[in-house]
Amino acid sequence: MSERIDEQQVRHVALLARLKLSEQETARFSRELSAILDYFEQLNQLDTAEVAPTAHPLPICNVLRADEIRPSIDARAALANAPQQESGFFRVPKVLDHDSA
Amino acid sequence: MQLNETVQAIRERRLSCVEAVEASLRRIEASNARLGAFVTVDGERALRQARELDAALIAGRQPGPLAGAPLAVKDNMCTSFGTTTCGSRILQGFKAPYDAHVVERLEQAGAIIVGKTNLDEFAMGSSTENSALFPTRNPWDPDRVPGGSSGGSAVAVAAGMVPAALGSDTGGSIRQPASMCGIVGLKPTYGRVSRYGLVAYGSSLDQIGTFSRTVADTALLARVISGHDPRDSTSVDHEVPDYPTLLDQPLKGLRIGVAAEYFGEGLDEQVRARTTEAVELFRSQGAELVDIHLPHMKYAVACFYLVAMAEASSNLARYDGVHYGYRTPRPDDVIDLYAASRGEGFGTEVKRRIMLGTYALSSGYYDAYYLKALKVRTLIKRDFDLAFEQVDTIASPVAPTTAFCLGEKMDDPLAMYLADIYTLSANLAGICGLSVPCGFDDRGLPVGLQLMGPPFAEERLLAIAHQYQLRTDFHTRTPPE
Repeated sequence: MSERIDEQQVRHVALLARLKLSEQETARFSRELSAILDYFEQLNQLDTAEVAPTAHPLPICNVLRADEIRPSIDARAALANAPQQESGFFRVPKVLDHDSA
Repeated sequence: MQLNETVQAIRERRLSCVEAVEASLRRIEASNARLGAFVTVDGERALRQARELDAALIAGRQPGPLAGAPLAVKDNMCTSFGTTTCGSRILQGFKAPYDAHVVERLEQAGAIIVGKTNLDEFAMGSSTENSALFPTRNPWDPDRVPGGSSGGSAVAVAAGMVPAALGSDTGGSIRQPASMCGIVGLKPTYGRVSRYGLVAYGSSLDQIGTFSRTVADTALLARVISGHDPRDSTSVDHEVPDYPTLLDQPLKGLRIGVAAEYFGEGLDEQVRARTTEAVELFRSQGAELVDIHLPHMKYAVACFYLVAMAEASSNLARYDGVHYGYRTPRPDDVIDLYAASRGEGFGTEVKRRIMLGTYALSSGYYDAYYLKALKVRTLIKRDFDLAFEQVDTIASPVAPTTAFCLGEKMDDPLAMYLADIYTLSANLAGICGLSVPCGFDDRGLPVGLQLMGPPFAEERLLAIAHQYQLRTDFHTRTPPE
């Protein structure tokens, strides 16, 4: 039985989602996600060609405020939960000069 | 004690704030190890606030509407005190730099927040079993779930630890645990309560709401937390009715919609019986029962989960190990930093939903899944709009069963999703809904009646449910000690 989403696709989606999965999780998700996606197929029973999408339940849009400077979170508070920090910056591994998949 | 009673007693100085908070902390101490309602208890801070408030009241300060009441808040709402974990390893120990809008509102009203309650991780679940910390147990039968995702808040109220608590509802996460724990749960209309400081799961679906024993208490709490907040661009600038003074509306002449789609296959017989009895009570009091149809109901689970998972995949992208939260100890490179932090920090259900959401939004699949779901959402919303032209409220069960056993549904994620069938449409349509206790099954497990209303009709739902509580006593029963 071919699954709707096979292990290779699971690995691809995991990469897009930046989720490191074990081999076990990959196999398990292939099974579970296929079953769930099979269930979602029923939406294709509905003809929605003339139906507009509803992204948001309320009829409000373009909620803006005046372009005025207001106080914001201070740097110390922003860094308070940082896993690693240095000189007022968030410290992370080197980003450049690396091959990313 | 109930919320109104507590506030009244404090106002009349028959009870001090310190006494109220101490009583709450004692109840928590006696039951929390067994039931797991609270993630953190901020007892020292609560007692300090209680002492300060007692002194201020003695010195003549006017008490706020919730003055001295010990309350609890679901641990997906940011508090500048204690921690905000969202029931997840990825936010273990996280100290939010600000208070959620609703937390500010509660404290401005004089309430004293005694702690943060347990939830399914990032509010994703219907049993509180997905918490990375520990499961929460139903006080009516501790081998059973309290429902979810706001199980901790529901149990905190049902077990008498606090008179009221806040939860959040994205697909039923207030109404369903309220039903399973025998208390009142309100999900306001989308936009009624500010989401500023609520950790986002499904931004077009999430709403903060209330748990309490009585509808009169719900009304008091809803009045305090509702209203416009410019920091949440999805909060509406509609006046908030004075809910506590608007509960005396007659049941005679009320048009109650009953949809066959809610009473079909899969509904437990005892739940059907209790719900039907409740609806009959309304009829006996002069309400008119109207048959309505919600023809797209059967697509609601698929529609909801596609929308919710897509939104979740976007909302949870911020947990990347960089600025806050868990970071993997030895990343190979930046991509590995993200992937390993998230892989190690998130639980299985959260990963499952992120994966599905990412897939549904990805190139080649966006139209077939996410966009399709948004169109079906329009059809579901339309069903409700049409129904509310004929009726004032829609009555239904809250969940297909009473509280199930811990572990029973954990092997089949889809079975768990299907259990949300009666509640999640209200989130898709953005309408208001509440659960009010309407009886018990033959195992003594609570059953809730759901009442739904059109946008901003909370006042109507509260009045109907209040009238129901004046004629029934289910909400007065408490779980065995």
